[in-house]
Amino acid sequence: MPRDGAALWDCAAARAKAFALVAAVALGGFATLLIAAGKDPLKAYADTLLYVFGNAYGFSELLVRMIPLMLTAVAAALPARIGLINVGAEGQLYMGAWLTTAGALAFADRPAFVLLPLLTLLGFIGGGLWALIPGLLRAFRLVSETISTLLLNYVAPLIVSYFIFGPWRSPDSSAYPQSPAFAEAARLPSFFHSRIHLGLVYALAAVVLYALAMTRTRFGLDMRAIGGNPEAARRLGIPVIRYMLATMFIAGGVAGLAGMAEVTAIQGRLVSEVSPGYGFIGFLVAWLAGSGASGIVVMSFLFALISAVGDILQITQGVPYAVVNILMAVILFIVLGRQPVGSGAR
Amino acid sequence: MNSALIAGVVTSSIMSGTSLLYATLGEIIGERAGIVNLGIEGLMLIGASSGFAAAALTGSPYLGIAAAALAGAAVNLVFAYLVVTRHANQLAAGLSLMFFGVGLSALIGGPFVGALITGLPRLSIPGLDPGGIGARLASYDLLVYLVLPTSLLIWWLIFRTRWGLGLRTVGESPSVAFAAGLRPHVLQYQALAWAGVLAGIAGAHISLALTLSWAEGMTAGRGFIAIALVIFAKWNPLWAIAGALLFGGAEALQLQLQAAGADVSPFIMTMTPYLLTLLVLVLWGWRRQSAAPAALGRTFVGVE
Repeated sequence: MPRDGAALWDCAAARAKAFALVAAVALGGFATLLIAAGKDPLKAYADTLLYVFGNAYGFSELLVRMIPLMLTAVAAALPARIGLINVGAEGQLYMGAWLTTAGALAFADRPAFVLLPLLTLLGFIGGGLWALIPGLLRAFRLVSETISTLLLNYVAPLIVSYFIFGPWRSPDSSAYPQSPAFAEAARLPSFFHSRIHLGLVYALAAVVLYALAMTRTRFGLDMRAIGGNPEAARRLGIPVIRYMLATMFIAGGVAGLAGMAEVTAIQGRLVSEVSPGYGFIGFLVAWLAGSGASGIVVMSFLFALISAVGDILQITQGVPYAVVNILMAVILFIVLGRQPVGSGAR
Repeated sequence: MNSALIAGVVTSSIMSGTSLLYATLGEIIGERAGIVNLGIEGLMLIGASSGFAAAALTGSPYLGIAAAALAGAAVNLVFAYLVVTRHANQLAAGLSLMFFGVGLSALIGGPFVGALITGLPRLSIPGLDPGGIGARLASYDLLVYLVLPTSLLIWWLIFRTRWGLGLRTVGESPSVAFAAGLRPHVLQYQALAWAGVLAGIAGAHISLALTLSWAEGMTAGRGFIAIALVIFAKWNPLWAIAGALLFGGAEALQLQLQAAGADVSPFIMTMTPYLLTLLVLVLWGWRRQSAAPAALGRTFVGVE
């Protein structure tokens, strides 16, 4: 590790250079594809930059989008430290939103200082319990958590749909099924006359706590031991199964907070599409960040920016939003392909 | 249940099981060569969209199948380059492939939303009374008729040919395969190319024979169910037939019940295939996974 300033600067410069190269190749590749499809990618890039950095509102929207990405990235990074692969943050987000809604509808008459902590807790528990299912299946060596978290991603949105088309369907929205609007006390406060909400604090706190827990506590040390060699850790007396379950619960809970924030701050009610795939992107963010805390923040910013490109393309050029997934995938392809051959990268 | 409903369940479970079986077969070939591909879902989407687009442009669903197979193979070769040549992490590369498929299929299919195509024609078995129940039960498209011979062929290739022996050796231990004079990387490229072809066809069968339309994300997680089915099938193409029929049956049953107006929420019923997959994996237990190729998911860097 470089310790003095100059070496640190060199290291940062080298990283920035590598980063710029990846970005340039990915943006170029994506642009080529869009030109082939008869679109104008350069205008889309310029529009995005203008929108995001041209005024305070655009930039605030970028921060808003970083919130669920940071939370779901932590949800993927934490289990990764003990060798578990949680690809289920999307489903955990939905279940967090679902339990939050149950609380918001049941306790609508409580004041905000009671209701908001309660909803935060419920969001955490909703996502946490959902993640505990794959955690248990894995801990008892029944099903690999990779496949179970992936499958459960398809179940959670159906549970949400069941409730908003059924028991929670708002009577005054017949055309577009959604839950009744939450009470004002159940709305997570926003700042600066923008949509930036308290969830940003949750997200930053989650990242900081994650970093501190991993580097400064016994739990972090134990977890790194398990990640390094589970069998050795078990023989050392570390309760590996308990760590697996706790880690999955906490990770799911953090993803559930993303769902809680989406429904209480952005939507103000439960809708069928709580997330356009934040959970999946969060996994990629965590992976690109190597599960490092500062990397999660940087990569969340980058992916929020990319998803803004998707919005711009959809609005100005009629390209489906999903097309922006190509850009994300190409970045990942390049990063995956650039790893030095033979390094045995994880 | 009346006989029409039962006939409906049988035919539609064969229809939805077919696409699942093609995808599962593709994943089996890849995993037999030691490579987990979580991107099957993306390949299926690319197959569904490119097959639909080609059918809409040329008017021929058979050209659609060809386009889907080629597109699947081409994209899976990108994946092969990453995991075989560049030794990238297979899970991360597979998920990236899924994202790529979601995006690329949206781009390809975008102009064809709402387009009308001639679906794969149903070929009835000659000699059956065209109005009778026999004809209803036995008139499928070409891909349905081909799926069982394909399964048998792949079983034969994997277990009864020199190529298959090499493939399995690579999946168990690339260094042993290398020492025996095989070229693990070449075999893995071949396996992934065929996996791409099969996944592309799997997607095309959905858009060209089942829905006759294109919609974003229309494969709805079938690619992941296929990955689970590989475990269910113990990496054996013949077991995969049973698995695909079971899951095709679950999906068909819920669709028929919904169509028949059963008093259960459609959302609850749509969950059944995913929950059933999970349940089967739980019942099968971890032990079954010991049937996995030993070097599955590992990177073969080469020998000194």
